[in-house]
Amino acid sequence: MARRATPEVNAGSMADIAFLLLIFFLVTTTIEKDKGIARQLPPDEEIEDPPIIKQKNLFIVSVNKDDQLLVEDELMKVGDLREAAIQFLDNGGAPNGSPEYCNYCKGARDPKSSDNPEKAVISVQNDRLTSYSMYITVQNELVAAYNFLRNRESQRLFGWKFTEVKQSIDEGSFNGNEDDAQEKLERIQKLFPLKLSEAEPKKSGQ
Amino acid sequence: MSKFKKKKGGEIPAVNTASLPDIVFMLLFFFMVVTVLRDNNLLVQNTLPKADQLEKLKKDRSVYIYAGKPSSRYKDKYGTEGKIQIGDKFTDISNVKFALTEAREALRPELQDKVMVALKVDEETNTGLVTDIKQQLRDLNMLKIIYITAPGNPVNQ
Repeated sequence: MARRATPEVNAGSMADIAFLLLIFFLVTTTIEKDKGIARQLPPDEEIEDPPIIKQKNLFIVSVNKDDQLLVEDELMKVGDLREAAIQFLDNGGAPNGSPEYCNYCKGARDPKSSDNPEKAVISVQNDRLTSYSMYITVQNELVAAYNFLRNRESQRLFGWKFTEVKQSIDEGSFNGNEDDAQEKLERIQKLFPLKLSEAEPKKSGQ
Repeated sequence: MSKFKKKKGGEIPAVNTASLPDIVFMLLFFFMVVTVLRDNNLLVQNTLPKADQLEKLKKDRSVYIYAGKPSSRYKDKYGTEGKIQIGDKFTDISNVKFALTEAREALRPELQDKVMVALKVDEETNTGLVTDIKQQLRDLNMLKIIYITAPGNPVNQ
């Protein structure tokens, strides 16, 4: 028996089959790129005696049905909101020596504005007819104000940026001691706790 | 003279396409790895608002809620008012709780109490609709939410 060379298999149609599969996947799948602003809602229960917040520790942002912004009773452009929120949070108005004195604040120390970042509360009020994009823009600017201050403090204390480290831990790409970094993140969060409250939206015309 | 006769009629030899399937397979595998199967058929318009202070969504523990005006195909049937879509169908606001409980039960048991609700809301919707959804979520005690947005700067447009 003489050995015969096996004839070559014609693989010309393999590319066509692979193309079919490829096109199927292109059509039926999506690339997920979902990112967003995360929030914790307050639980739905009546608080017996709500803590009294001093007027000066409250930063009121309201948006009307025409997407106009009213901050502390003054009309404001969205572009200025971030700076105004930073000034309010970073004010540190409590007098030097009092237990509420904020030694890391770099603000104007105006006694008429917030005592310290822990006391400062930002309250957002919407109209039911406010557009969703405006709502998100306002939320985004306020979160940006907190992130700016947190970044500044973590840069000062640890030499890295809060948001960058948080993101790399979330994505699992952080190299270094994760528990230690987590602890430091919490310390920064305590310096500038996110205190955003949302009032029940008004019905238009009320 | 016979030297020159060896060439056959001047035909160009066929291009070797043996590596073409390999290249296509590489593309195929790339797409298989980075994408997921589309599980929801969108019935509403869904242009997301822009924001730049973003966090990543943990996909394994999330329930999606879509809201917005019905897309042009469904306009005649459902009107132009903002609507809520959970899963594959429109849901009434009074029915949101039921639909969400159902969606939560479809998740892995150990993640069911860590569920995160992803709100994909069209930018032209009124905030009132979102507030209604959030009230339902508070009743259900599903307090972690995330507003899904498109990356971009919302202020300098």
